[in-house]
Amino acid sequence: MRNHESPTRALHHSDHGTPLRATVIWVVLIAATIVTWSVGENGGSGPAVVGLLFAIAFGKGALIILDYMALRRAPLMWPLLALGWMTLVCALIGIAYWKGLAA
Amino acid sequence: MNTCVQTLVSPSAAPAVASDGSARRLPGDLAIWFFILAELLAFGAFFLAYAFARANNVELFNEQQLALDRNAGALNTILLLTSSYLVVRAVQAAEAGQSRRAATWIAGGFACGAGFVVVKLFEYVAKFAAGVSLSSSTFHMFYLILTFFHFMHVILGLVILAALWNGARKGRYGPGNMNGIETGAAYWHMVDLVWLILFPLVYVMR
Repeated sequence: MRNHESPTRALHHSDHGTPLRATVIWVVLIAATIVTWSVGENGGSGPAVVGLLFAIAFGKGALIILDYMALRRAPLMWPLLALGWMTLVCALIGIAYWKGLAA
Repeated sequence: MNTCVQTLVSPSAAPAVASDGSARRLPGDLAIWFFILAELLAFGAFFLAYAFARANNVELFNEQQLALDRNAGALNTILLLTSSYLVVRAVQAAEAGQSRRAATWIAGGFACGAGFVVVKLFEYVAKFAAGVSLSSSTFHMFYLILTFFHFMHVILGLVILAALWNGARKGRYGPGNMNGIETGAAYWHMVDLVWLILFPLVYVMR
């Protein structure tokens, strides 16, 4: 359907952001990965550390969903579904971790 | 690249996006997004199976996790993120009417994805040499099933990237024909997205 739209669409706006924005996000994603890796290398454990790990994972996921997948400009249902999935999975992992602490 | 930047950030561009609610648009084919949702649910089920199995075997999981190669896991995270970034640049190039430049970006994304496969294979070989198998422990079963399920998605993603590269090289994509490249890119980002949970869950959380 979109194939028949005006070929000048990109001249009016971009659905995929700017190269600069994509590059800044890439730098943030790599920096966040290095934090997660160093937590692992230092043997970090416990609820605070696991909370940090999944807060980082959620933040990275949100950047992928909203910017790289370009759902920021999609009908609201789609970013909400994807972010809802991230929230649910991270929350349930947290509950499972807590259950393991109590066991 | 300057042309690309100018096209994408030209002053006339910003207000149309910010103020016009009707500009909201799902990139690519609707069908790929239903497929992506199904994949996210499948991966989510695997992640939770792992997390709750771990809750009943915390000591075993913590002990055997120590033997995983976190450097390989982190390197693979960086490769997938970089690959996703390069594919975004490809989509942006196509959007700016530079299909052949998009092909170059896609080739870079493919190379990073292929790098992931190589690193993962080295990791598997080391694990198998150490006697790890599906039946050697609950942790190893989950580690192998989760990472291999993801690995197969990377392989499919590489096939898709190869098809996109071929199309872009022939000048197929442009502002009036973004459907194919957006659809393939969305799938590739999904493969990246699930790894962003898999890595801290399996390699780091303890």
